[in-house]
Amino acid sequence: MNTEELLTKLAECVEFGKVNKAAPFPPAMKGQDGADELAKLAVEMGIKPTDILNEALILAMDKVGDKFTQKKIFVPQMLIAAKAMNAAMAHLVPFFKSGEVKRKGTFIIGTVAGDLHDIGKNLVAMIVEGAGWEVIDLGVDVSAAKFKKCIQDNPTAIVGLSALLTTTMQSMQKIAAEIKAEFPDIKLIVGGAPVTDDFSKEIGATGYSSDPQGAVTLLNSLVA
Amino acid sequence: MNTIAEKIKAGAILISDGAWGTFLQQMGLQPGECPESWNLKYPDKVLKIAQSYIDAGSDMIETNSFGGTSFKLSNFGLQDQVFELNKAAAEISRKAAGPNKHVLGSIGPTGKMLVMGDVSYEQLYEAFKEQALGLAAGGVDAIVIETMTDLEEAKAAVSASKENTNCEVICTMTFDKGPDGDFHTMMGVSPAEMVEQMVDAGAAILGANCGNGMENMIGIAAEIRKTNATIPLLIHANAGAPVYKNGETLFLETPEQMAGFVNELTSAGANIIGGCCGTTPDHIKQMAEVVKKMN
Repeated sequence: MNTEELLTKLAECVEFGKVNKAAPFPPAMKGQDGADELAKLAVEMGIKPTDILNEALILAMDKVGDKFTQKKIFVPQMLIAAKAMNAAMAHLVPFFKSGEVKRKGTFIIGTVAGDLHDIGKNLVAMIVEGAGWEVIDLGVDVSAAKFKKCIQDNPTAIVGLSALLTTTMQSMQKIAAEIKAEFPDIKLIVGGAPVTDDFSKEIGATGYSSDPQGAVTLLNSLVA
Repeated sequence: MNTIAEKIKAGAILISDGAWGTFLQQMGLQPGECPESWNLKYPDKVLKIAQSYIDAGSDMIETNSFGGTSFKLSNFGLQDQVFELNKAAAEISRKAAGPNKHVLGSIGPTGKMLVMGDVSYEQLYEAFKEQALGLAAGGVDAIVIETMTDLEEAKAAVSASKENTNCEVICTMTFDKGPDGDFHTMMGVSPAEMVEQMVDAGAAILGANCGNGMENMIGIAAEIRKTNATIPLLIHANAGAPVYKNGETLFLETPEQMAGFVNELTSAGANIIGGCCGTTPDHIKQMAEVVKKMN
């Protein structure tokens, strides 16, 4: 397999959620090497880590995000793709640490205080990570204080607030105001089922997206 | 009392109840507070909601137990009170309904994902069984498994309710409309797939709740009817899509607007009509008046 073939194959494994050789899913790829084995092989062959990231992983997750937006695939397919992406990404960790591969930026995400829902937030975190960002996931029911502490430790990060319940939109508004009071220049994006573009403007957020892939486009535009 | 399915087979159109969650919030439930805890803390307030729907003309009402599995209650440290909280929920609604109207014990999703290996099917089954037993002990005659998006989780809940209680089992899922106009849950389940799998699992009544106003529900009802012409069909629509204004979330579809869709919804195949988020006793009352003229 030459470099191009290997990266194409790796991208396919991520796109269709083939985590490793042992994984039974997807049935059509049974018994074949998965994202784990192929990423390891790519590193061993000396393919540039940046190329592995950009030309296989990011490319594949971009397709996954687009298909999800168009409702051609659903949550399970997205989760399994993200799992494959993580398996491949594990082989790139040393290069992130050494600084040989740079991420696009740091993204802090959490579901706002009072809201315990994590599925939407997790989907966004996975897709953003797959797009080449470092993601710090603060979990659910996250207070303003916890967001602010994390921003202090990561001053260049962009912050994402998630809410599923219509009732916790008020919590989102409060947290956004508290964060902005202390960090007036912070870039803050919002999302979640009840959140709208109008609401995002009303609470002074930098931006809003209705789906994970839109969040990636938005984040990339904020650091461009 | 005949079962709900028997009444429908005899030709009746029935009216269910409206929202509980948004109603509880109006009565003072705080974000981050456990709704089910009110069954023991403020039973009178919960009874008031149940009673208001009976007064509005509901043939059946739900219970305040949507998040009543041990998985959901553990978020509030209440996982050891599954039986008591669900039994109390059932008793409150039964008190309002009396012996001649139906009480549907509400069971919602656990928030855990089978596909990610968060839990096993057996764990889900046991959790739903525990909740169903509490609801049955409190006097429900049916169980409504609602807002489901995953087939396996819905199957665990339907089977656990069917196999461990004498209740009639209802299952409704939440569908979104795709760009091509077809409907799927967020986990990718189509109305047709729901029908095939849930009838096998033992559900007597199927349908859709939440996520949509009446207009989309007409399309969903028609989809379900394409797959199965006879299964009793329940629709709980939202009062339109949520709108956020000045710190408040509003569902703006009026009782008149919702009632205006009732004829079209029953023509599409719905047999039981009620409301989900944002619907009030007034919405139910106006829809009940339309239905009264049909029966």
